[in-house]
Amino acid sequence: MQLKRVVVTGLGALTPLGNNLDTYWANLIKGVSGAGPITRFNPEKFKTQFACEVKDYDPLNYFDRKEVRKMDLFTQFAMIAATEAFEHSGLDLASIDLSKAGVIWGSGIGGLKTFQDEVMSFAQGDGTPRFNPFFIPKMIADISSGMISIKYGFRGPNFVTVSACASATNAMIDAMTYIKLGKAKIMITGGSEASVTEAGMGGFNSMKALSERNDSPQTASRPFDKDRDGFVLGEGAGALILEEYEHAKARGAKIYAEIVGGGMSADAYHITAPHPDGLGATSVMINALEDAEMQPEEIDYINVHGTSTPLGDMSEVIAIEKVFGEHAYNLNISSTKSMTGHLLGAAGAIEAIAAIKSIEHQIVPPTINHFTDDDQFNPKLNFTFNKAQERTINACLSNTFGFGGHNTSVVFRKLD
Amino acid sequence: MSDIASKVKDIIIDKLGVEESEVTPEASFTNDLGADSLDTVELIMEFEKEFNISIPDDQAENIGTVGDAISYLEANVSN
Repeated sequence: MQLKRVVVTGLGALTPLGNNLDTYWANLIKGVSGAGPITRFNPEKFKTQFACEVKDYDPLNYFDRKEVRKMDLFTQFAMIAATEAFEHSGLDLASIDLSKAGVIWGSGIGGLKTFQDEVMSFAQGDGTPRFNPFFIPKMIADISSGMISIKYGFRGPNFVTVSACASATNAMIDAMTYIKLGKAKIMITGGSEASVTEAGMGGFNSMKALSERNDSPQTASRPFDKDRDGFVLGEGAGALILEEYEHAKARGAKIYAEIVGGGMSADAYHITAPHPDGLGATSVMINALEDAEMQPEEIDYINVHGTSTPLGDMSEVIAIEKVFGEHAYNLNISSTKSMTGHLLGAAGAIEAIAAIKSIEHQIVPPTINHFTDDDQFNPKLNFTFNKAQERTINACLSNTFGFGGHNTSVVFRKLD
Repeated sequence: MSDIASKVKDIIIDKLGVEESEVTPEASFTNDLGADSLDTVELIMEFEKEFNISIPDDQAENIGTVGDAISYLEANVSN
């Protein structure tokens, strides 16, 4: 069977750096930090009191009151990003075969705030169960893809991937694969997360996963810096329209990049720690390149997972050097999490968008907040520290790895 | 309008996102005010919470309009 080619024809982003695609990209290139004091709850008793929140967010700018009440924040974010991507694609609903259009979304957790609030209110009561009838449908992670399909009438494949911080990349790879196999022509994919809540911050704090640099939130996310001390929690959503190449060409769509291949692997090692030799990270990049039928030398830029944790950054770099050999030193590497924070299940989506925009504009967004070199890293590696770099970019790899040992990597290439 | 009626209307306006003018005694939650089955359950639970009573399921099933809710509550809520 001849596999179909798959291209990206629409993008949408609601991020800590900006509430739409253009603002997000402009601030990525400027090197802006999205971090600030937590506003969603009173964090004074928490070890970490800052996060990368979506700014100036008023749900009533996007939804009516009744809709807002029925959607957890992570679903609101999903709907907003998906709507932007759909409009960006120029697709005309009236001329789409809706049975060949689907939605595969990613979320690491789902409606954490809804879960937290409902359970707290039960715990504070007299034991009488007065759970809101919308509790379950608001909280379940898969409601995001369900809601998007209801909005557009897409009746093709529809589900949500849950692989912690790899969720959105798993979603994109699945969406791509269904189109490659001819099971769909159009897919809305991406991911969303909204876990800046007491339970989210408290839980990640207890794992010692978060930076505690409360005196300087904007410099806290510093991937590959010697003094990195954990990730900064982010929230938001990214959405992509994937489309079968011939379908996109026939309607004269603007094509932003080809999504060429994806890799998936497991560390099979530890619930939260990465494999110290970067075993899973190595195999996932090899898998992605094989799926794309590309050589390591064809990659120009890697948007890394690079969360700013001491161990994670190290093992990813070990893996890059193993997979790319000498070419590792020709690559640009950057962690845009230095600016956006870590959007967990949405990270793969907004980082794929960064990779695709870098191909469009031939410029690599930086890894900001670099102050002190870590001598564990070979100085020949180019981490794109502090300032965006212009260069020829034909192909990018985007890595995301999740607690549980899930690894994903996806390859985007300029359409020839 | 009784105190109960005005509270009932406020809850309906809030939960169903409808205009005050639509909330007439004859208005049916599902046919006129856009409620689905989950919305209806939520409304009943809000009435229970607001008026501190318990509405048995078999009686809740008979509350289909704004007027039904007001008369049920006026008859069953002790002042």
